[in-house]
Amino acid sequence: MSDLAAQRTTTVRPAPGPALQPVASPARAVTVERLNAWYGDQHSVKDLTLSFAPNRATALIGPSGSGKSTVVRCVNRMHEEIPGARASGRVLLDDTDVYGDGVDVVAVRRAIGMVFQKPNPFPTMSIFDNVAAGLRLTARKVSHDQVESALRGAGLWEEVKDRLAKPGIGLSGGQQQRLCIARALAVEPDVLLMDEPASALDPISTLKIEELVQELKSRVTIAIVTHNMQQAARVADQTAFMLDGELVEVGPTEKIFTNPDDSRTEEYVTGKFG
Amino acid sequence: MSSVAFAPVSARRRRTDKLARASVALLTGVALVPLALILYYLVKQGIGAISLDFFTTDPTGSFLGDPGGIKSAILGTVLMVGLAAAVAVPVGVGVAVWLVEFGRASKLAHAVRYFIDVMTGVPSIVFGLFVYITLVIGGAGGSSFAAWKGSTALALLMLPIVTRSAEVVLLLVPDALREAAYALGAPRWKVVFRVVLPTALPGIVTGVLLAVARAAGETAPLLFTAAAVNATAFNYNDSMNSLPMLIFKNVGQAQDRLVTIAWGAALTLVAMILMLTLLARLIQRRSRLS
Repeated sequence: MSDLAAQRTTTVRPAPGPALQPVASPARAVTVERLNAWYGDQHSVKDLTLSFAPNRATALIGPSGSGKSTVVRCVNRMHEEIPGARASGRVLLDDTDVYGDGVDVVAVRRAIGMVFQKPNPFPTMSIFDNVAAGLRLTARKVSHDQVESALRGAGLWEEVKDRLAKPGIGLSGGQQQRLCIARALAVEPDVLLMDEPASALDPISTLKIEELVQELKSRVTIAIVTHNMQQAARVADQTAFMLDGELVEVGPTEKIFTNPDDSRTEEYVTGKFG
Repeated sequence: MSSVAFAPVSARRRRTDKLARASVALLTGVALVPLALILYYLVKQGIGAISLDFFTTDPTGSFLGDPGGIKSAILGTVLMVGLAAAVAVPVGVGVAVWLVEFGRASKLAHAVRYFIDVMTGVPSIVFGLFVYITLVIGGAGGSSFAAWKGSTALALLMLPIVTRSAEVVLLLVPDALREAAYALGAPRWKVVFRVVLPTALPGIVTGVLLAVARAAGETAPLLFTAAAVNATAFNYNDSMNSLPMLIFKNVGQAQDRLVTIAWGAALTLVAMILMLTLLARLIQRRSRLS
């Protein structure tokens, strides 16, 4: 834990390349090296190497069961919470291996936040407490400003500022998901993993989430898993195509969708399978 | 496309349906008859004994004079069941948390579940006997019959009920909530205390109240552990009266006055348990999990 925390303040990094969004706070890069992941005997991710550039959104696309979600779950070590699941390889947050000896998994997850497919606010907590939960669960004091800042970051503040004490589950599905994003942002992570964050939402809520992804790039590095290729095309700077646990191709989003190198990528993005 | 023709429901299916409905209704009626009769007789026989004095005076034990009320029995039941719950509830919920959050499918967890199931089926008098042999005969605490020994027997009885019901409710807490908490970097014990238990709380309370109701009505574990006395006692190391014991003692007497007191006490006990059950229902209705 001290390892990661120390690095957060001491790492000096060259400024990222030409940014589409002004970079408010430089986030950290994530590099996945030769990652293998299993569920019991099932080999779900095979020898995958992939970089997530800081302050950029990287989309992971591919058919169901291609291992996209498993990859992001390995990045913040949520994969190991599933009984029978294991992983090998390296996941670097800048230069620190999150699987390294002596690395505290709690510190990893504070630095790498996650948003899930289905909105999962805590049902016993108010809107305020939901946002504060991440800080409280990690034993830090919570100020009103932190909660407000997180809710503003998730584009939810104007909608809920008058009912912060109401239960979080009283919100609509799209609002709940943005509440979950606020909850993840409140602990000020460097990286935000989004596992199909809009797949359970209506089109308008989906659009809001996508706009949010664009805005959040100034604060965090984003990895977004999606089934929806249009969504990947709209939000991602870089897109990776996965098939059967292997990385087929990764490149600038525009190239992946218009002129991919691999014929399988082309077939997938043109809707021939998947 | 032409419309699809649906075959009419055959006469045979209609007959079968009617027969099935009728037999289910009949069985429900059969089950309700004894319940209604019990409640009817309780009220009919017991209502005569009820008065303010009945609740505010101790039994006198006098065979010919004023038999007194049931104050010591009500207080004794509350005190003994209260102590039993104070022990059984934290332990039972703790075991359930361990089973669901930590033990899961391990061999030890399977063994624990198996023993809990066995304990659920153990007749209550066996718990009384066990406490009698280990604590009463041995004179533990310098007493023979004592309220805390009765509470021990009741706690043993409650433990599997609390554990089983709490386990079922904890399993209902969606894994998505645990994942959300873990993904925020919460350590496991905090996930349990701040997310899982609060979410499961209404259901756990329901299970606890049902276990309390069950223990409050038990005579056998108290028969040779707490015994029965007439006077109100607050000392856990002494014998203590209880409603089931008072009913047990009075109902066999040759005097109608004493038998009426037994009925009155039985009505009181049922009313107390009914109130607890209603409370459990009320809390369950507010539950966000059901």
